[in-house]
Amino acid sequence: MHEIGIASSILECVAAEVQRHPNAQVLAVGVRIGELSAVDKDALGFAFECITRDTEWEHLKLEVEWCPRRQKCLACSQEFSVPDLNLACPKCGAEKSTCIGGTELDIAYLELEEPCAKP
Amino acid sequence: MRETVEKKVLSENDRIAAELRQRYRDQNILCVNFISSPGSGKTALLEKTLASFSLAQSIAVLTGDIQTDNDARRLSHYGFPVRQIVTGGTCHLDARMIDRHLNEMGFHGPGLLLIENVGNLVCPSSYDLGEAAKIVLLSVTEGEDKPLKYPGIFHRASLMILTKIDLLPYVEFNVDRALENARKIHPEIEYIALSSSTGEGFDQWLNWLNALQHKFPQPAAAINS
Repeated sequence: MHEIGIASSILECVAAEVQRHPNAQVLAVGVRIGELSAVDKDALGFAFECITRDTEWEHLKLEVEWCPRRQKCLACSQEFSVPDLNLACPKCGAEKSTCIGGTELDIAYLELEEPCAKP
Repeated sequence: MRETVEKKVLSENDRIAAELRQRYRDQNILCVNFISSPGSGKTALLEKTLASFSLAQSIAVLTGDIQTDNDARRLSHYGFPVRQIVTGGTCHLDARMIDRHLNEMGFHGPGLLLIENVGNLVCPSSYDLGEAAKIVLLSVTEGEDKPLKYPGIFHRASLMILTKIDLLPYVEFNVDRALENARKIHPEIEYIALSSSTGEGFDQWLNWLNALQHKFPQPAAAINS
């Protein structure tokens, strides 16, 4: 629902980053979206397409890495994923764990193409 | 060529939220952010909460809606400064809106700032408003599986308030299962059940709010009743 706003924030960030590479062409922007980020991957893709259409960003590709929730056991430090919402540690059975992944809403990288230096 | 960026998508919102958090700390303001789906009873809870405070206390309310100032009008009957944020289509409040309205309102601490977000369980959870706690409301007329359907907000909220419990005899709602679902997402989430109509559970809620101020280095003395 707020994916248009998220897509706009991504574009603003790209525009700011690109200033550091004035001669480069930006081919793609890579983002990490966590399962707990309240952002829908497909809706974000659609929003991004809508706001870049007929603009200078029309050919900019959005590359999304989906990050599932990850926990770390407070007893034995085992890291594990929780596909079935079971937060107990699969290794030692302890019930207390802390969330270490799944809340991402990050811009990870830009894919740039620098023009070849003239001989 | 790949250029690593490593930046939060909402870094601009987070920057303003960090400034707000600093301002709350400097001015001794305790800020809480109420989030729920439309119709879960945020405004009713705030009405009953404001009614329980004395006018000598320093309290302000910011209430967000896509359209109308109905909520601000309801909440202004209690004598505290209330300001409506009409988002005009935006489905959540962001830190910039809070900053602007706080400035225009001229609210200074020490005191309590209550923010009623736009009715929506999804989008408001992404936006930090500098608050000390997010509070999620779930009413008994909704499904007890809401925490599983909207894990983002239940993961981030410090407290889940189950509202409209006076209606429990008339609806099929399993209270234990709702709490169990919330704790599957967030094992440490705190929990209070109340009714804004009958007042049941309100002592527990007001105690929770009072206890929250003591968790902060500079307690917001103004909300002591």
